[in-house]
Amino acid sequence: MSLIESLSTNLPKLLDGAETTLILTGLGAALAAVFSPGLALIRLFGPTPAKMLLRAYISFVRGTPLLAQLFLVFYGSGQFRAELTGLGLWSFFRDPFNCAVLVFVINSCAYQTEILRGGIEAVPPGEIEAARAIGMTRARVLARVIFPHAYRIAWPALGNEVILLMKASALASIVTVFDLMGRTRQIFSRSFEFSVYFEAAALYLLITVVFVFLWRQIERRLTRHMRRTQGS
Amino acid sequence: MMETLFSYGPQGWGDELLAGVWVTLRLAAATLPVGLLLGFVVAAASLSRRPVLRAMGWGYTTVMRGMPEILTLFIVYNGLGLGLNRLLDHFAPQIGAVDFPPFAAGVIALALVFAAFAAEVLRGAFQAVPEGQVLAGLAIGMTGRQVFWRIKLPQLWRFALPGMGNLWLNLLKDTALVSVIALDDLMRATKVAVGVTKQPFTFYLAACLIYWGLCLGSELVLTRLEARANRGVRRA
Repeated sequence: MSLIESLSTNLPKLLDGAETTLILTGLGAALAAVFSPGLALIRLFGPTPAKMLLRAYISFVRGTPLLAQLFLVFYGSGQFRAELTGLGLWSFFRDPFNCAVLVFVINSCAYQTEILRGGIEAVPPGEIEAARAIGMTRARVLARVIFPHAYRIAWPALGNEVILLMKASALASIVTVFDLMGRTRQIFSRSFEFSVYFEAAALYLLITVVFVFLWRQIERRLTRHMRRTQGS
Repeated sequence: MMETLFSYGPQGWGDELLAGVWVTLRLAAATLPVGLLLGFVVAAASLSRRPVLRAMGWGYTTVMRGMPEILTLFIVYNGLGLGLNRLLDHFAPQIGAVDFPPFAAGVIALALVFAAFAAEVLRGAFQAVPEGQVLAGLAIGMTGRQVFWRIKLPQLWRFALPGMGNLWLNLLKDTALVSVIALDDLMRATKVAVGVTKQPFTFYLAACLIYWGLCLGSELVLTRLEARANRGVRRA
């Protein structure tokens, strides 16, 4: 089969899978981003028990394979079927897509919290003192000084985390989600057509390249006040 | 209940899980030297004076780091399998279809991925050697080769260790992927235990805790190594 032929039969399926990959990654990263700022604050300034709990959570997530976490949630939930049915949650856990998103949120949230913590710690103390000196309240200092700067510092690392999550989302295919990897394996198992793997690789790379480009554009915008004007 | 589930012997799954841990550790330990060696080669290419080599190094690290590890694993496993069978068909048709050994496929795939990340760590470490030291070496008449062996390489360990430590932890965790290509590592042993006992949560939690333990143990060793590597360095 020629490359053109192979592409024209495979591409619609692969693109469909790529869409699922993007949704999985986007949902996982975005939901994690909702929780990470609060958790980063607790990690830094919260009460000691909460800090310890967060450290244990982050260490656990970082110290275990994502695949094991995914199996723990997707297959493990079966052990509590009766209880989950009672709570009306069983239909949620039965769907591999939901489990994958849940695991990605838990996973990415841990990494994002650590990244954001680093960002907050890197905000120069002088900025915070200045903000307090002109009479800003704590909440206002956070909203106007600490977080804007912390996100600017953390931005490249957060981008890396999203790319890692996008790559890791391929594991969802192992619990039968038809993402890009899932479609690829399906096509290969039916046709033994090896080139489909390279087509998938190219698509993953394309997603990464486009994402890196977009992320840099946003970074340029976030740091536009720091760029030297021409001629100076 | 718990004691019987994880006991050592015919009723319990303790010994099966332990055997899985052994495969996981062997896989990671076998991958490390192969990946490091390949990483050095790729780093050397990336730092080469020749544009063609530099482009190849860049291409390798970019492609490998941009692909999901599981995709690399499938490409290597199925690709080597297809290749091997094609060769056998050609030279020894009487053998028939064979599977490529999954352990070797796992080592190759994980090493290819490890090398791409290691090359970046090594490149950074080489560039972290202060330029003044290199110039000082050249000034007292060392050749470029001597500067490399006596000034750059001895310090490489210290600069590369934190990055390498992270890569080792990633490698330990990535070994879980090989369970999908029929290798009896910890993940697969857990799966077998789940199939029999119908206690998925208990066993996957146990597997997670074992991986966690391996990572925490590694971190402990790495902190020691880093402290030792930096013992002669003046602190600010």
